[in-house]
Amino acid sequence: MKRRQFLKSLSAAGAATALPLPAVWSSANAQARNETLLVVTEYAPNNFDIHGVGTNRPGYEVTWNCYDRLMTHGEKTLSDGTKSYDRDKFMPELAEEWHLTPNNVTFKLRRDAKFHDGTPITAKDVKWSFDRAVTVGGFPTFQMKAGSLEKPEQFVAIDDYTFRVDFIRPDKLTMPDLAVIVPGVYNSELIKKHATEKDPWGLEYTKVNTAGGGAYRVTRWQAGSELVYERFDDWKSGPLPKVKRVIWRTVPSAGNRRALVERGDADISFDLPNKDFAELKAAGKIAVVTNLIGNGIGYIGMNVKKAPFDNVKVRQAVAYAIPYQKIMDAVLFGLAGPMDGAKPGSPLQTAWPQPHGYNTDIAKAKQLLAEAGYPNGFETTLSFDLGFAVINEPLCVLVQESLAQAGIKVTINKVPGANWRGELLKKDMPLISNFFSGWLDYPEYFFFWCYHGQNAVFNTMSYQDKEMDAMIDAARVAAAANDTVAYDKNVQGFVKKSFDEVPRIPLFQPTLSVAMQKNITGYRYWFHRQLDYRTIAKT
Amino acid sequence: MLHLILKRSALAIPSLIGVVIVTFLLTRALPGDPAAYFAGPAASKEAIEQIRVTLGLDQPLLVQFGRYIADLARGDLGNSLSTGLPVATEIRTRLPASAELTLLGLLVSILIAVPLGIFAATNPGSILDHTCRVLTTAGVSLPVFFTGLVLVYIFYYHLGIAPAPLGRLDIYFSPPSRITGFFLIDSLIERDVEVFLASLKQLILPALTLAIFSLAPIARMTRASMLAVLGSEFVRTAKASGLSPGTVIVTYAFRNAMLPVVTTLGMVFSFLLGANVLVEKVFAWPGIGSFAVEALIASDFAPVQGFVLTMAVMYVILNLLIDILYGLIDPRVRIEA
Repeated sequence: MKRRQFLKSLSAAGAATALPLPAVWSSANAQARNETLLVVTEYAPNNFDIHGVGTNRPGYEVTWNCYDRLMTHGEKTLSDGTKSYDRDKFMPELAEEWHLTPNNVTFKLRRDAKFHDGTPITAKDVKWSFDRAVTVGGFPTFQMKAGSLEKPEQFVAIDDYTFRVDFIRPDKLTMPDLAVIVPGVYNSELIKKHATEKDPWGLEYTKVNTAGGGAYRVTRWQAGSELVYERFDDWKSGPLPKVKRVIWRTVPSAGNRRALVERGDADISFDLPNKDFAELKAAGKIAVVTNLIGNGIGYIGMNVKKAPFDNVKVRQAVAYAIPYQKIMDAVLFGLAGPMDGAKPGSPLQTAWPQPHGYNTDIAKAKQLLAEAGYPNGFETTLSFDLGFAVINEPLCVLVQESLAQAGIKVTINKVPGANWRGELLKKDMPLISNFFSGWLDYPEYFFFWCYHGQNAVFNTMSYQDKEMDAMIDAARVAAAANDTVAYDKNVQGFVKKSFDEVPRIPLFQPTLSVAMQKNITGYRYWFHRQLDYRTIAKT
Repeated sequence: MLHLILKRSALAIPSLIGVVIVTFLLTRALPGDPAAYFAGPAASKEAIEQIRVTLGLDQPLLVQFGRYIADLARGDLGNSLSTGLPVATEIRTRLPASAELTLLGLLVSILIAVPLGIFAATNPGSILDHTCRVLTTAGVSLPVFFTGLVLVYIFYYHLGIAPAPLGRLDIYFSPPSRITGFFLIDSLIERDVEVFLASLKQLILPALTLAIFSLAPIARMTRASMLAVLGSEFVRTAKASGLSPGTVIVTYAFRNAMLPVVTTLGMVFSFLLGANVLVEKVFAWPGIGSFAVEALIASDFAPVQGFVLTMAVMYVILNLLIDILYGLIDPRVRIEA
């Protein structure tokens, strides 16, 4: 396509061609720029479909914008005036309404919704998509399981516009799990045409094609450098988005991502280092929105299966030797929520994350080490993921420095991003700096993955304790039964235990920041930490 | 000539076979585990095993190698996991981007460095000679990503005269239809002057970055070889015969001084391909270097193997071209295969 044709297609009326040439350029260009959003990020999607093998985070964003779910979340305004999704409010998306009983939930689908190719969306597409999510294995199946969605038999297409999910056990997370990215609705007939014997779910096709009915579809893609979304004008599952076209360019250099938004060339700049966000915020020329990442914590984990960290006093000593404030100032530039500094004796909350009572107190750390039988300290290795070196590297150096004061000699071990997960799975690193966040923003969910004796990969400390497991399980049961008294008691119980025994030391609650031009409105924080273009407008 | 080319190409086959084997083994020897990497953040051990089987990584090394060779024989370089596309497609679309940038960088470098070297040689010890020395040393001492960022900072961020460092074309232009893959050439074929100018604009800063980096070897080599030639007897004779200085320098001296310069050019071109990786990162250039590095970080084997193989083939072709050029420049050189 030539430039002129391209601009013509953007201008409202084809009649513009009759005008003198320069006028065509300027008017069309201005219009194109108003309806077009230019987004720059560090990474590009590797797969448009979250059901695929190894889809990366930018790929999640494509799935979110190009496929509809049955339900979505409402919006709420946070105390600092920024907008966020509302964890507790579900809104219709593809389903107009639903009826929840203790054993199942029945959805009534919109009758006018169509896929991008014009085929009506029916309950059998929903059934096929959900079957696919629980069958293909890997991340999507795992995520469905988190909401007790495990077997194809649970999904029933009653008629073309009625769809039922049967529960295999009462679980409070089932409904929220139906509103995450994974249970999107896919165009089953279209994908089946491209399925092969080796690939019965057509994953190869959806990897580079959007086969959904969402508000956007991908119309141009150059792997690793550019992706263009075009609005689907027939979208019925919500108010028609204002932005007609989104051009998403990958710019690996953080300095350039900042320069582009500062110069006014890029509308939205994503994944900048905290330092740049803090400086942009202070300069005030660009709108910077910062939100705490829900259910996310950066932490130091200690392997409780190995000496010396099998000793609770050693773990507490380390918790007293962490330079919390320095990390907040020098590593995070203030763009994080503190996890230390709960007043001694103050009651625990049921909210998570919440601060613990440890502070930087080297004398106390030394005393605890002496009590534990390590009066002269010991030597250990602190490992971190080089993929997140911007935060991890200075953080680990500060921790190393501070632990040395308490007599603990730390060697830093940098693990390349590709190896990090493999190393985590082995579970034999003694001390690590890591980060975990759960899409579903509930304490029992966090603890189930990070502290439960099932020893999931996120329980990086290999912490196993029967009492802890009992409280986590009881909290899940209480949540499903809406028993708030038992729920609160158990949540406070496991939080207290996690603080007392500190297998992992929560350091900070990280933030997600986005730098935007001041004429961009409608940005909303989402649990998946990617952009939702449907609410964004350019004025 | 044809006979020579064929003979030289045949000689390259053992080295290519070596490259195939070594890259295969090297990528397997890397500590990373692609299955764990691509299984995603929430993977259990079973999920990772499952992906290992899907990727065929559970097979013994020899079986994997056999499969790789069989694919290679069909021209299939495998699939990139990190971009999701066949490696051959990736290389086909990205190689022209890198080549266009590198060639233009080299051209700019030659246009500056060769006259600079000649001038320095004809006026040794002059201010200009010293300036040339300082300039080239500084250029080669600064890392390319630094030079690139400084140029972006000055010309884009501060002065606002350079376009945004957003790759090969401004976002409001569409690329010309693909004929050679070189935007400059394709846009000229389509007679689309606007796209030509737009892509030229995008090219200026990255090409300049590469040129600054490669000034030193070319300028130094031109100077040294010119000095040697200018001191030789035939130049003295030419001067004594009353030929104008211009004729002496260009026709007699420079032509004879060119041989080592061409050798250096071949070398410079190959290390520019390496320097390209960093320049591509700074200017968001969709080239082959940044692609290979990203693949390496993700332990994505196929693109790394494909990249090294492509580079090996390019080196073989480059060496061949230089040998042929030798013969054209200096008829005395007879290439023995």
